[in-house]
Amino acid sequence: MTAVRCIELCRTFIQGDQKITGLDHVTLEVEKGEFVCLVAPSGGGKTTLLNAIGGLDRPDSGEVWVAGKRIDQLSKGALAEMRLNNIGFVFQAYNLIPVLTARENVEFVMQVQGRPAKERRELAENVLAEVGLTGLEDRLPAKMSGGQQQRVAVARAIVTRPAMVLADEPTANLDSHTAEQLMELFVELNRTHKTTFIIATHDQRVMSYARRIVSLLDGRIVKDQQQAT
Amino acid sequence: MAFSNVILVFMISLQFGMYGMMIDNTLALFTGHLQVQANGYKDDKKIRQTVPDAAALADRLSETIDGARVAVRANAFALVSSADRSFGVQVVGVQPDKEPGISTLPGLVVTGSYLQGRSEEVVIGSILARNLKVGVDDELTLIGSGKDGSFAAVVATVSGIFESGIAVLDRNMVEMPLSLFQETFFMGDSAHEIVMRMPGLDDVPLAVSAVSAALPSDQDLVVHDWDALQPGLKQAIQADIAGAWFMYGVLVVLVAFSVLNTVLMSVLERTREFGIVLSLGLSPGRLAWLVMLETALMAILGLLLGVLIGWAVTAWFGYAGFSYPGMEVMADKFNLPARIFPQATMLSLFLGPGVVFVGTLLASIYPALRIHLLEPVQAMRAA
Ligand SMILES: Nc1ncnc2c1ncn2[C@@H]1O[C@H](COP(=O)(O)OP(=O)(O)OP(=O)(O)O)[C@@H](O)[C@H]1O
Ligand SMILES: [Mg+2]
Repeated sequence: MTAVRCIELCRTFIQGDQKITGLDHVTLEVEKGEFVCLVAPSGGGKTTLLNAIGGLDRPDSGEVWVAGKRIDQLSKGALAEMRLNNIGFVFQAYNLIPVLTARENVEFVMQVQGRPAKERRELAENVLAEVGLTGLEDRLPAKMSGGQQQRVAVARAIVTRPAMVLADEPTANLDSHTAEQLMELFVELNRTHKTTFIIATHDQRVMSYARRIVSLLDGRIVKDQQQAT
Repeated sequence: MAFSNVILVFMISLQFGMYGMMIDNTLALFTGHLQVQANGYKDDKKIRQTVPDAAALADRLSETIDGARVAVRANAFALVSSADRSFGVQVVGVQPDKEPGISTLPGLVVTGSYLQGRSEEVVIGSILARNLKVGVDDELTLIGSGKDGSFAAVVATVSGIFESGIAVLDRNMVEMPLSLFQETFFMGDSAHEIVMRMPGLDDVPLAVSAVSAALPSDQDLVVHDWDALQPGLKQAIQADIAGAWFMYGVLVVLVAFSVLNTVLMSVLERTREFGIVLSLGLSPGRLAWLVMLETALMAILGLLLGVLIGWAVTAWFGYAGFSYPGMEVMADKFNLPARIFPQATMLSLFLGPGVVFVGTLLASIYPALRIHLLEPVQAMRAA
């Protein structure tokens, strides 16, 4: 089954009187349960592509299909609902809610989903332990290091066991040991829950876990290769 | 917002208290709350249209009507002359011991004293005194026609000069003891008005029906309340009320705008957070709803606090009275109460805050709508 299908995606940004290419006729298909790395130099279009797949940004042309449904025409409300129930996002800039503690940040999505408080609490505690943040549950983001915030962001993305995780540089601020632990966690989820992973990175350690590496350059796919792990 | 609600409650209550007081002060000067007269006398003041045996009827009324102060008056037109001048005036016969109970005029005597109970004395207005060039203890001659149309005349001593600030009274009025009046104008024991003052303006409607019931049925007498006696008064107050409403309207609009500004700021301030929660899957509709709910809670809190504190403040001043600098001097000069007692009614309590509440809810619609325009990615990029 196809998890994501992008057909001829184009996206240009206008900044002042300059046109910046974000995506240039990108066609990509990802099967359910795949573990894909998006690799590109800075400005290559990784974030733009993830945003398009997650329905956070509308492409100028082309089609985006997620879990068999075309999403690039959906309303904002419908897109939000799709994200809520199908996709876990790890943002490049973490994007934690600054007024909420680590635990509350992790619980937030479940709260929006309307899950009972007890279940939320249990799940949040478990997942924070999984990313190695036991004892920091009640800290505010501002009182945590970049790596810790990044792990809270990861915990928030995977706590609902979404069908697909879109992660933007999830290891950028982690030491190699923590990065390895995190990747093991991703691989574990991928194996046990058939979670589809699309991870934007230029971290060699991350790429070594991927079975497929898609390379972008200036918004175009220049290489798409399978690899053994 | 809570603060402006407190102000609104207090101001409106104060205003209501003030109208009550303005009406009452005006009536306290001379007219009284209600009067018993011969039918038709109000519109055509003929000296023949009298209330027979007025003093006895007045005594009976003051016994039957709880809390009422009652006095008898008689009116006639006369020519008053001093040594060198003459003027047409209204002569009013009053009961010197009872008149102070229904009128503040006796307290406004600035030179000499009010009627002392001597038989041939008068008090006159300050302008009249100046025009006649007379002072206290000078003699005046009054000439008019009596109840039966015959020639009436009397010489009396000025015992006091009053200054009410109302030109008509100060220029045209002479008060003398009722007994002297009745003797001079051949009235017998009859008079023209039984003037009554109740403890409060609110007591008037009940008193009117009670007095009507107590009137002897064989005489053609009627009761007029203050609105009938002074038809202009209510209109004047109502015109003032219209002006006050306009002021409150402006205040409410100002509050609504400050709320709009606050809500809008609080939305803009949190653009990044809103972007995050949208990107995590909270729908724009729900987020907008939450913002409106937040504003509504704030508004409810403001409403409750405003009404509660406003009510407390009003109740305190309603008990202790409210006065502003300079008011005491004015009050002293015109023989009026020195304090306003604000009235907290359901209307004055909830009107202002209620309108602010609705205005707040309306003001939160625009910021909530703006959330629908928010693009998560752009919002998250906002610092
Ligand atoms: N909202 C935007 N407005 C203007 N230009 C944008 C916007 N978003 C992205 N771009 C531009 O589009 C290009 C692709 O950006 P993108 O963020 O997808 O790159 P990236 O591969 O994620 O880079 P990085 O590794 O630095 O995160 C860049 O040149 C970027 O400046
Ligand atoms: Mg990026």
